[in-house]
Amino acid sequence: MKAVSKVYMVLIFLFLYAPIFVLILFSFNNSNAMSRSVFSGFSLRWYRQLFGDRMILEALRNTLIIAVVAAAVATVLGTLGAIGINSLKGKWARRMAMDVTNLPMVNPEIVTGVSMMLLFVIAMRAVGAGLGFGSLIIAHITFCLPYVILSVRPKLLQMDPHLYEAAQDLGCTPVQAFFKVVLPQIAPGIVSGAMMAFTLSIDDFVISYFTSGTTQTLPIYIYSMTRKRISPEINALSTVLFAVILVLLIVVNVSQSGSAARAARRQAKAEEAEEL
Amino acid sequence: MKSKKAFSPYIVWMILFTVVPMLLVLYFAFTDRSGAFTLENLRQVGQYSNVFLRSIWQGALATVICLVLGYPLAYCIAHMKLKTQSVMVLLIMLPMWMNFLLRTYAWMTILEDNGILNSLFVMLGLPKVHMINTAGAVVLGMVYNYIPYMILPMYTVLTRIDTSVLEAAQDLGANRAQVFCRVTLPMSMPGVISGITMVFVPAVSTFIISKMLGGGSNLLIGDVVEMQFLGSAYNPNLGSAISLVLMLLIIVCLGIMNEFDEGGEQEAVLV
Repeated sequence: MKAVSKVYMVLIFLFLYAPIFVLILFSFNNSNAMSRSVFSGFSLRWYRQLFGDRMILEALRNTLIIAVVAAAVATVLGTLGAIGINSLKGKWARRMAMDVTNLPMVNPEIVTGVSMMLLFVIAMRAVGAGLGFGSLIIAHITFCLPYVILSVRPKLLQMDPHLYEAAQDLGCTPVQAFFKVVLPQIAPGIVSGAMMAFTLSIDDFVISYFTSGTTQTLPIYIYSMTRKRISPEINALSTVLFAVILVLLIVVNVSQSGSAARAARRQAKAEEAEEL
Repeated sequence: MKSKKAFSPYIVWMILFTVVPMLLVLYFAFTDRSGAFTLENLRQVGQYSNVFLRSIWQGALATVICLVLGYPLAYCIAHMKLKTQSVMVLLIMLPMWMNFLLRTYAWMTILEDNGILNSLFVMLGLPKVHMINTAGAVVLGMVYNYIPYMILPMYTVLTRIDTSVLEAAQDLGANRAQVFCRVTLPMSMPGVISGITMVFVPAVSTFIISKMLGGGSNLLIGDVVEMQFLGSAYNPNLGSAISLVLMLLIIVCLGIMNEFDEGGEQEAVLV
């Protein structure tokens, strides 16, 4: 039984990683663009071409700017929204707010994309602006918001509501009470929401595709590359991205396990203190 | 907490950029180019009924394959040592963080007529197999891209099952198969349902996977919508009508599925 399950897992992981290994392998291929599946010697030429490609660097810059702005705005709006939803009195009002929040998550991406495209095209006629950076950022904020809410809301629900009141009894203004008491409590949720928003924004293709106009982001540029069936430059790009993700993951994990260990130590200390 | 003021920017944003666009889809679906009311668009959607059927069939097939492949894997991972579990979950998530266009593109190079798999077949003295631009390739692309969304929620639910419940079942005389069928499976249902939702919705509405791996011959409904908005067939009114029907169909499909879920206990499993 154990052996069977091991073999099975290896097979599934092979299925998950085979395409990625293929991409990485062919990024070092020394052949011309015509043969995508014949390996003929090691070379770094596609990497040279990649870093000399103005369009890619431009697209990368746009992607990062949009992701930072969208994640920041979505985090602030979403945190406020989560607090607002929690403070709603009526049950149906809260249901309603949550339904609207979940709408972009249950809707097919393509429908979200075209619906926003309609809005921007109509707004454009009125204002005279074009699809581009502005519409992209608005679209990204919108599809990131639900994820921020979903990360922050559980932390709010876990929080003891009396803490906020206690802070005010001790002379805090509501604003002070929020910053000194509520915010530290829900900070982990805010951070994970912001990180989620950032990664979602960097990776998004479908919604960007419908709302970008002529502005290039990395996924949109990759899409145009795959349509043209061009060079292994795209493989070089994937390899670079994969390496970046791997390094980030390792960094996050190391720091997390560090903080987890610290938390465990702190808990152990607290328990010791209680016993005394 | 009195924070009505904090709430207003968020709700204004959501109404403006989520509710209004949906209403626009509705408006466009029921009007013609001059803005007059018409049912013509919805009538034209009928022409695409076979495309709808193909999308739902392929999406459902991909979902079932993801479930059949994913459940045992989730089960295996959930029964490992804690440390190994987190490594395994990371390994499942890692490919998701690589842009899915690139991963789908990789399948193109694997499945092509002169691609990697066929080169292997030739080396082994086997005949070449035509794989790219077939329905099978599209379903494979769907399974490959969305299987992590199936595995992760199921794994989450499986780890939450209290082992003492399983032991109790054994104490009451259930054998391993009975324990699985009467305890584990029903208790993991919320994860299964959320996994199915997370795979089925994007699979049915995809247009990239079908474009890349299905060639021009395997249009799915997402491709049709894309053509109405950004492609050759520019007609946002018809595109909106198709989007509307697609949304309704997905709601109906998920509704039918929830009927099967006896417990009815729907908890969102966040990955």
